[in-house]
Amino acid sequence: MGKTIAEKIFDAHHVDSPFGDIDVISLDAVFCHEITTPIAITDLMARGKDRVFDPSKIKAVIDHVTPAKDSKTAMQGKILRDWAVRHKIKDFFDIGRNGVCHAIFPEKGFVRPGFTIIMGDSHTCTHGAFGAFAAGVGTTDLEVGILKGVCAFKKTESIKVYISNSVGGSGELPKGVYAKDVILSLIGQVGVNGATNKVLEFCGPVVEKMTMDQRMTLCNMAVEAGATSGICAPDMVTVEYLWQFIKDDYLSNAQNGFKDKHSSKVDEYSAKRMALEDFSRFTPDSDAIYSSTIQMDVSELQPLVTFGYKPDQVKPVAEMEGTRIDQVYIGSCTNGRLEDLEIAASILKGKKISDSVRGVVSPATPDIYSQALDKGIIKIFMDAGFCVTNPTCGACLGMSNGVLADGEVCASTTNRNFNGRMGKGGMVHLMSPATAAASAIKGYITNSELYSL
Amino acid sequence: MKNFNGKVLFLNRSDINTDEIIPAKYLTESTKIALKPYLLEDIVLKGFNPAKDIEGKSVVIARDNFGCGSSREHAPWAFEVNGINMVIASGFARIFRQNMFNCGMMAVELDNATIDRLFTMFADKNTSVETDMDKMTFIFTADKSSQISDDSSGSNLLREVIPFKISEYDLSLVKAGGWVDYADQKY
Ligand code: SF4
Repeated sequence: MGKTIAEKIFDAHHVDSPFGDIDVISLDAVFCHEITTPIAITDLMARGKDRVFDPSKIKAVIDHVTPAKDSKTAMQGKILRDWAVRHKIKDFFDIGRNGVCHAIFPEKGFVRPGFTIIMGDSHTCTHGAFGAFAAGVGTTDLEVGILKGVCAFKKTESIKVYISNSVGGSGELPKGVYAKDVILSLIGQVGVNGATNKVLEFCGPVVEKMTMDQRMTLCNMAVEAGATSGICAPDMVTVEYLWQFIKDDYLSNAQNGFKDKHSSKVDEYSAKRMALEDFSRFTPDSDAIYSSTIQMDVSELQPLVTFGYKPDQVKPVAEMEGTRIDQVYIGSCTNGRLEDLEIAASILKGKKISDSVRGVVSPATPDIYSQALDKGIIKIFMDAGFCVTNPTCGACLGMSNGVLADGEVCASTTNRNFNGRMGKGGMVHLMSPATAAASAIKGYITNSELYSL
Repeated sequence: MKNFNGKVLFLNRSDINTDEIIPAKYLTESTKIALKPYLLEDIVLKGFNPAKDIEGKSVVIARDNFGCGSSREHAPWAFEVNGINMVIASGFARIFRQNMFNCGMMAVELDNATIDRLFTMFADKNTSVETDMDKMTFIFTADKSSQISDDSSGSNLLREVIPFKISEYDLSLVKAGGWVDYADQKY
């Protein structure tokens, strides 16, 4: 019987099945940030269990509120910082080097195909873009992860989401339509609990064509449909993204392989093929069993936007045209990566945002920020009238750097439109960076010029 | 084991999310008890006033997809410090459900029809539940308030016994009082 990606990963990490439908699996990485981890740390200390299972497998970042905005958030940072020092956790990213967790950890090469990862953060599903099983957990699960390197999950079932474009069959998205629109459309279709306890396995020509940045956007919002994780099969796009981190391994492996053949010259191409071959252990079998299959045809897909307090309340931007906004936010683990900034900048170039709108952009990591500087993207944002903040979650969860006032409306590239999410009494409309940039210029929700029917 | 008996708070909505249960701005609190005044502060629900309606309640009954959204365990904790150790709903978000059991609390699923019936029979009354962990049943009771009883027994009590199921694993967490000690011993 064939297996899904998640089943293959679970098989490779199985530790125990203490009760029928529960699998305890070993973890390759435990990610931590300063909002949910300090309580786990203080609880472990109170239990006399201030230990970590393997400091090299723990990665930590201060990202939600940074720089600290008050004494309480300063203390959360301090608890995490002291803990990282105490346990010699060397991959700890403090101010100056810190960025949004789900952007910085992949960028540092901490996610690999076939990995198992947990974090005290629901959008941990983002890392499934690399063919990993990555899931958000609460503080207690996080504590056990830190202490023992294991986590318990219900037996995984997957939903196959096959995404294609019936026009031309090329796998391209229509012009001006992005991964964000694809995932909003899917959530609108299945609902906010349509995938509860399931893994969403994304496949098909559109997914194969997507860059890693786009795949991360896609997997990021799997949890908005209730899913445990999103996941994409690893392929050459994955290998290329990870190449700087894995090339030494595969080049030397390839070198060894070539010795017999009287050749010392290793071409990068065959080393990459080797990596791909290796990762293909985590591609799904053709006869894998899925709890259901969803076919998505993107040929008619339009840019979308949410209209209520739930991420499955989705409409075409065209139907929301003219909706008043007070703030535009471009950033977050959903859409704060370089490609997102590039797309927004291509629309903002040479233009000014409306006088009635505040524009805030948070590049998701220092590396993204610095590349955006080099490419002139930051200048475009600033000339257009945006405030450019340091890399942080900040406004996304209404804790700092752009909190809304009661009654205000935000056009946002983030992932949650819950009531009060970006500030009590505030309204959030989720959309792609292209739609957000175009809306900033007009001062109301509107389609970008990149999209035309 | 925690207490799963007492007065019921009915929240007649689906998709109640963790931002509504405890808004992000309170995630900077470093003790559970500090969360107490803010439970359900941002909930969108007509006729519900968190300042008045939570006091004295021990169990919540709601509709589908309860606890969706963020992974914050602050959500179960905010219930716990208000004396609410159990939520009964027709469905839960995965992380919230697991967090409840990981804390030795209960998140119990009942089918839609049963939840409907409970809302119809009990939502507008002063309702209590008693949880029998051995028989795995809930006993709901309420006064047939202000109605004059016309059945010959003269009973003025509304009573409903509902069986429930939780997995062996969940039960062991409830009994052990959580997952940390269990895992530390075993793995
Ligand atoms: S950017 Fe927003 S959704 Fe992403 S991790 Fe930060 S707070 Fe959570």
